[in-house]
Amino acid sequence: MRIGVVQFPGSCDERDAARALALLGAEPVMLWHGEADLAGVEAVVLPGGFTYGDYLRTGAIARFAPVMGAVADFAERGGPVLGICNGFQVLCEAGLLPGALTRNIGLRFVHRTQHLRVETPGVWCAAPAGSVLEVPVKNGEGRYVVDDPDALAEAGQVLVRYCQPDGTVDPAANPNGSLASIAGVTNAAGNVAGLMPHPEHAVEALLGSTDGGAILGAVLVRASA
Amino acid sequence: MPRVHIDVMLKDEILDPQGQAVERALPQLGYEAISGVRIGKHIELDVGEGVDVAATVEGIAHELLANPVIERYTWRLAEEA
Repeated sequence: MRIGVVQFPGSCDERDAARALALLGAEPVMLWHGEADLAGVEAVVLPGGFTYGDYLRTGAIARFAPVMGAVADFAERGGPVLGICNGFQVLCEAGLLPGALTRNIGLRFVHRTQHLRVETPGVWCAAPAGSVLEVPVKNGEGRYVVDDPDALAEAGQVLVRYCQPDGTVDPAANPNGSLASIAGVTNAAGNVAGLMPHPEHAVEALLGSTDGGAILGAVLVRASA
Repeated sequence: MPRVHIDVMLKDEILDPQGQAVERALPQLGYEAISGVRIGKHIELDVGEGVDVAATVEGIAHELLANPVIERYTWRLAEEA
């Protein structure tokens, strides 16, 4: 499966994402932000980083890149799109995902190993509901806000929540003050997803966890099923 | 050429950790009676002659300068120098 990874000015995790996708069995295809073309890929990943220096707001300027028009059309047609960290921020700014990401409570850039409880498996999560994934988190503006987090959960649009190692969702496990401990969400159709933690950094046992494959590689699992 | 001042603020219901941090620092400087500190952005720009200022500024503010999910904005014409 050919999966595109978009490079924006200021992206920094695109090579990690491409490498992880290759390890998971995909053929990564780098997509340039200035091209309004997705090169015929079957899924798109928007990687982490600091596009346009996070000027104005995180993701606010990247969403006007030519490639984003193509990504929006692709998403509209049901194409799978995953935004990781800054990619999540870009998708929220573009209106492809609900809510927004704001400055962390405590103003700290948080980087640590994080446990995530799967809420709603789907296009971008192959692990069953209730399972716990161990995935690194690293962000300064990762506090998710949305008008009605309960309605989002009832609609099945909460992908993963921050949790303790045993799956308990509580404030102590929430790294940035996200509403309802929400770490990742999907659009109503489920084909567009975004999360602040970095599944592309958790695909090799040598680095502590392979749980990221359940998210980053979910489209591969479905394609081969 | 009309100069426009635009202020973008987080909506009242959105937590502002920066404002809280500043507010917590004030008593250390001896300012005890300060509350409700909120931090936003101030943007100034010139609009070309003959352009519909209101429509243009509303468009820019809504589409780029503010994220309507978390922010609100106000704008005004700068006073002539």
